[in-house]
Amino acid sequence: MAEPIVRIDGLRKSFGALAVTNDVALDVMPGELHALIGPNGAGKTTLIHQIAGTLRPDAGRVLIDGADLTGAPPAARARAGLARTFQITSIIPSLDALGNVALAAQARAKRPLRLFGRVAADEALNGEARAALAAVGLSTRAAVPAGRLSHGEKRALEIAMALAMGPKVLLLDEPMAGVGREESGRIVELLRSLKGRYALLLVEHDMEAVFSLADRISVLVYGEVIASGTPQAIRSDPAVRAAYLGDEAA
Amino acid sequence: MSITLLTIQVLNGLQLGLLLFLVAAGLTLVFGVMDFINLAHGVQYMVGAYLAAALIAYTGSFALGLVLALVGALAIGLAMEGLIFRHLYARSHLDQVLATFGLILVLNETVKMIWGAAPISVAVPEALQGAVAMGEGVLYPVYRFAIILAALAVAGLLWLLIEKTRIGMLVRAGASNAPIVSALGVDINRLFMIVFAFGAMLAGFAGAMAAPILSVEPGMGDSVLILAFVVIVIGGIGSIRGAFAAALIVGLLDTLGRSYSVDLLRLFLPPAAARGVAGGLSSAFIYILMAVVLFFRPEGLMPARGRT
Amino acid sequence: MSAEATGAGAAPPAPRRALALDGVSPLVLLALFGLFPLVAIATGQTYWLSLVNRIVIMAIAALSLDLILGVGGLVSFGHAAFVGIGAYTAGIMVDGGRGDLLLVLPVALALAAAFGAFTGAASLRTKGVAFIMITLAFGQMAFFFSQALYAYGGDDGLTLFERSTVAGFPVLENKVAFFYVSLGFLAAAYTLVRAIVGSRFGRALQGARDNPVRVASFGFDVFRIRLAAYVMSGMLASVAGVLLANQAEFVSPAYMAWQRSGELIFMIIIGGLGSLWGAVLGAAAFLLLEEALSGFSEHWKLAFGVLIVLFVLFTRGGLADLLRRLTSRGGARG
Repeated sequence: MAEPIVRIDGLRKSFGALAVTNDVALDVMPGELHALIGPNGAGKTTLIHQIAGTLRPDAGRVLIDGADLTGAPPAARARAGLARTFQITSIIPSLDALGNVALAAQARAKRPLRLFGRVAADEALNGEARAALAAVGLSTRAAVPAGRLSHGEKRALEIAMALAMGPKVLLLDEPMAGVGREESGRIVELLRSLKGRYALLLVEHDMEAVFSLADRISVLVYGEVIASGTPQAIRSDPAVRAAYLGDEAA
Repeated sequence: MSITLLTIQVLNGLQLGLLLFLVAAGLTLVFGVMDFINLAHGVQYMVGAYLAAALIAYTGSFALGLVLALVGALAIGLAMEGLIFRHLYARSHLDQVLATFGLILVLNETVKMIWGAAPISVAVPEALQGAVAMGEGVLYPVYRFAIILAALAVAGLLWLLIEKTRIGMLVRAGASNAPIVSALGVDINRLFMIVFAFGAMLAGFAGAMAAPILSVEPGMGDSVLILAFVVIVIGGIGSIRGAFAAALIVGLLDTLGRSYSVDLLRLFLPPAAARGVAGGLSSAFIYILMAVVLFFRPEGLMPARGRT
Repeated sequence: MSAEATGAGAAPPAPRRALALDGVSPLVLLALFGLFPLVAIATGQTYWLSLVNRIVIMAIAALSLDLILGVGGLVSFGHAAFVGIGAYTAGIMVDGGRGDLLLVLPVALALAAAFGAFTGAASLRTKGVAFIMITLAFGQMAFFFSQALYAYGGDDGLTLFERSTVAGFPVLENKVAFFYVSLGFLAAAYTLVRAIVGSRFGRALQGARDNPVRVASFGFDVFRIRLAAYVMSGMLASVAGVLLANQAEFVSPAYMAWQRSGELIFMIIIGGLGSLWGAVLGAAAFLLLEEALSGFSEHWKLAFGVLIVLFVLFTRGGLADLLRRLTSRGGARG
């Protein structure tokens, strides 16, 4: 049995009296696509913040590739192999698409902050960046300032940036948020192509996509994981059905 | 280093701190509620002092001159808000800095054109002349006590306004979370104008009160502005309570630091060297304090914004 | 943010910056500066030589600020302190008989680096408005400290009875030679800053300006990147200070007054944020304007303030952008 790439243990976070993350345990195995779903207000965003390092948990541990990074800042987690995308598109608008991705690759290059040498002509970085752009189907848009890409292209660019970091695990925060039907189909195919090559933790509202992609699904309700298992098992889980139906009825 | 002398220095420190608070209060609210950086706030202090000087001389009455000066400071504040600041709320901080910097040049120069570059002095009102004996033949001017009391009264009034009135509630809410206030359907522009005008008047009041004990001169607002910045940063941006505590700390530290650093350094250094080093060091005390506070608490001592 | 994200669906074609102009204009500008002394001597206008020399020196300071403000997005309002540190180092060392440029420069750079590391480490822990205020306050700290340097004139400042030598030779005593030395420093500073901006470091710095959270998520330590830029920028500004003290043969606390910091910001805003040759242009525009206005009335600051306010209210992008827009439009037509 291989070791998990991401392991979360007994994670707790409260805001005042409200427990937003209540004793959450979760892991992602190498090559696995583990999806995290839950109704609005279930605490998915708070959980992601704690995994990514932008929010410190009250208790519990976050391990990435065996290293305890519970209190570590986001940059340290990135260096440990965690790459993430953001729910609200987060790019660098003044750089072109290639520059965005090359900057991601630059972070793990040998001398990431070298003061001399034109970075625009840095073929080692550009090569990696082009490969990542090609993987997400943005090769022809490399020279376009990132701020001018379409929304769907920006979502794809986010994934390319994460890939260029050479990560061990990808944390994908609603990659299909706000994307039209056609483009979301493209992103599903993209994610499918990443399956098996990376450990993936996917948070997504698009149930059709989640159930067609995931190896394993965990369901978060009111800060607790109420179920975890294969898509078939989750589909027929009475507690999950109740949580979702209850949520829709309310 | 007698007790009497210490008492006097503490009183001086309190007085400086309270005046700083009056200036800083408006500034921190404007930052907190509007996220607007107003370098020209110090100019309001200067304007208050000049108006007081001119109007006291013109009316021959300290009280009347003071009230008129407040009205004038308020009017000038409203004019600046309506003409310039209103167009800057949505701009970047850099634009705000630059425009209000330009405004400082304009107002400092205007004051110089009207009243000249030389300092002018304001007489202490007759009723508040004289001094209180502090023992051993050391006297402390009544007027300085009056400043302390008046500033305390205004601070108390401010506290009541903010804690007990609807506008105060909105201001507090705005300082910790501005979008929520506009979501409540409040006319945010009117709220901005009120906060702004009120802050301008407070700064003007501080300037007017300080006029008799300072030399009133062009640029006198600039150094106060920077001290007020230090106060706000130490106290936590947007926090009135923080501004109050920090203003007193800064006032006391600056005053006591200046008077005692020479004595302290003399323990280690020859007198001449001690004087030289102390001069540089004592002016740096509050900035060092600021650096230390920031290092441990980047949000200031009493941050207004809720934790997220 | 969200409007930006949703409104860009049509993906308009990428704006082509006038690359040729970006490459050529600094050279043209340098050449113009280089020819200036010849013109000044030929026409006997040596007063203008010292004005233009001041422009060249202030352009170095403006360039250094542009690195952190324009490229790094950090609104530092205490930059004059670094200029002052350089100026006082020169003044005090010349006064002490150790005024050779080869001695003064390393000391000034080291002091500026130390001051930058201390103030930067404290102020970069904050963001936005707080950062502006804190850099301003640290600038004032330096200002008051210089006022307390009683041995070196205190408030009144310090007059230099000679200029720095260069490797023992009194090169700077000659106006024209001084001018070319300053111009050499400007050219070097421009090349250096340009190299930094175009490097891996520069891209990370620029990225952190636009989106620090994203850049940190890549694994970069944004704080250290900014601190390094802040220190480098301060060191470069101190070079301008060393030259300025020698040029004026005088140093005083006024060099560090917070208005000087404001003026530096205004210079790079006029020139266009982040445009390096715009910073040079802005320094020139600022000092010429100051010269023109102060010749016109003793209350020139009034007009100056009004101009600043109007400039902020009614223009965006500065002179460099204006020139670029004009020339690229012309290019499209022709």
